[in-house]
Amino acid sequence: MGNEKILEIKDLHTAFRFQDEYFDAVDGVSFSLHKNELLAIVGESGCGKSTIANSIVGLHDKNFTRVSGEIIYNGKNIANYSEEQFNEIRGKEIGFIFQDPLAALNPLHKIGKQIEESLIYHTDLDKEQRHERMLQLLDQVGIVNPKRTANQFPHQLSGGMRQRVVIAIALSCKPNIIIADEPTTALDVTIQAQILDLLTELQNEINAGIILITHDLGVVAQMANRVAVMYAGEFVEVAQAKELFSNPLHPYTRSLLQSIPQSDLVEEELHVIQGMVPSLKNLPRKGCRFAARVPWISESEHEENPVLHEVSKDHFVRCTCWENFHFENEGGC
Amino acid sequence: MSFLEINDLKVHFPIRGGFFNTIQEYVYAVDGVTFFIEEGKTYGLIGESGSGKTTIGKAIVGLEEPTGGEILYHDKPLGSRRARKKVGYNKEVQMIFQDVLSSLDPKKRIRDIIAEPIRNHEKLTDEEELEKILTLLNIVGMPPDALYRYPHEFSGGQRQRIGVARAVALNPKLIVADEPVSALDLSVQAQILNFLKKIQKDFNLSYLFISHDLGVVKHMCDYIYIMHRGRFVETGTRDDIYNNPQHIYTKRLIAAIPEINAENREEIYKNRIKVEQEYREKESIFYDKNGKVFDLVQISGTHYVAIKSKEDLKNVENNIA
Repeated sequence: MGNEKILEIKDLHTAFRFQDEYFDAVDGVSFSLHKNELLAIVGESGCGKSTIANSIVGLHDKNFTRVSGEIIYNGKNIANYSEEQFNEIRGKEIGFIFQDPLAALNPLHKIGKQIEESLIYHTDLDKEQRHERMLQLLDQVGIVNPKRTANQFPHQLSGGMRQRVVIAIALSCKPNIIIADEPTTALDVTIQAQILDLLTELQNEINAGIILITHDLGVVAQMANRVAVMYAGEFVEVAQAKELFSNPLHPYTRSLLQSIPQSDLVEEELHVIQGMVPSLKNLPRKGCRFAARVPWISESEHEENPVLHEVSKDHFVRCTCWENFHFENEGGC
Repeated sequence: MSFLEINDLKVHFPIRGGFFNTIQEYVYAVDGVTFFIEEGKTYGLIGESGSGKTTIGKAIVGLEEPTGGEILYHDKPLGSRRARKKVGYNKEVQMIFQDVLSSLDPKKRIRDIIAEPIRNHEKLTDEEELEKILTLLNIVGMPPDALYRYPHEFSGGQRQRIGVARAVALNPKLIVADEPVSALDLSVQAQILNFLKKIQKDFNLSYLFISHDLGVVKHMCDYIYIMHRGRFVETGTRDDIYNNPQHIYTKRLIAAIPEINAENREEIYKNRIKVEQEYREKESIFYDKNGKVFDLVQISGTHYVAIKSKEDLKNVENNIA
């Protein structure tokens, strides 16, 4: 893994407007991405993981969102770039893979044209070179007959093929950063495995840093170098993948891992996290945000203003409640 | 004792085209599957998208007209709508859907949504009906004030509970659950699964659990059917399928599940590549010339595999070893 930092995010706040009031959906997130690294951000729906991704490439409507903090790419803070400035880097230096490939592709244009589109914007290749590059890209993402596929429309392809096309578009200008927002959620397991293998392979080729956003812990365990677990707009635990899965510390991480059906004991009940994720408006802005979901842990265990503590090398955990954490049915100390 | 038997069920969809819009070809969505359902058991139906698992579910509840084969309910054939009505079948078999929001009428209040099957099949006074709905809401753990609210006011997990409340309103014997948790978050998924298990015990329900998530199926099901190309490729108990998979397709599916363990990543990857290669090489043993799945052959008390003959299986094993 290269140690060169290619993206640094400092204290990012992304707020959405409700009736003239702004509410932070991403609340003070800081992280950095290195070359050839795969950083996974995991969390449940509504925790703000996609919001981070959209903030990085400026996909939010400026009338309803406020992005503050620093997103440093190439030595420049891109957090408040204008639309024109974003167009310079979007697609060229930062590639994006969406969850639903059918929605990401234009149904009226042929596949070939859609891949060439970003080449027109970002490169000075002439028509023939573009065509060649396009076929080469399709081949690279494992499409068997690039010439035929280039002449097809998105609806003629299967889900896995479409996702490959989207990956080809994301890769077209050899980006430094790829943001993959739930790239395999809509796919079957066998196709998912193929797409994930493809991503790893391509990453090694172009040395890009990947931010993988997902809620599937299995995918994270197989893919990620580093993992950030997100809850209610904050990172609650950040660690190397091996460390996180062998030694999860934060109560939220532990609860999530417990609630996955994988045990061989069928009679066992699955672990359920009490309560619900608070809505953006009702989010407690003070104290440990997870406290309401683990009511059996006494208040004194939580920090007043929880911050990320480095508990061992490269392993960060928010709040102090993990130290004496136990599940409700376990005897506590 | 099995109360529902499905014999050689076939559902073919015609593809029309040409000048007179004539039938050109058929899609063999379900092409000869046989199984039965016993009381109080959970059956899992696994397959990738397009394998025909939802079509089986729909054919069982009567939303899809079978092209061939028969469905026997307490040994009585269910051919027509009238036959289904006569044996009270529509009451006994209910369905819950993957996308709950689209299965709940947005213009109806929760009270009316849950009351719909009751009004169709039972004659109750208004008070009795209300009382019944309140008990149902209580069973699924929803507050009574949910009665006069609309589906959009609830979260995904709550909506799924409403769907379940509607399904159990008539004390059915079988619930066909079509991907009931795949749209839900992990912690909500855990809630719904626990809850499905609980009401199974309370009502002595059977489930036909349709899913592509092998982890969920493993947790829920007693008996598992793996589907591919409209037919069963392997059926067996949970133990048979997960610990002793025989069909190459099953092996491939199991190898593709990402394990929640970051330690031996390399090994898992290598194993997956190996199985994938094997799948390509051995295709001729497990599928006939037209890519059709063979008939099931019994290899142990509960375990069936779709293969030409048992000898082939031994050969495969020797080759791998």
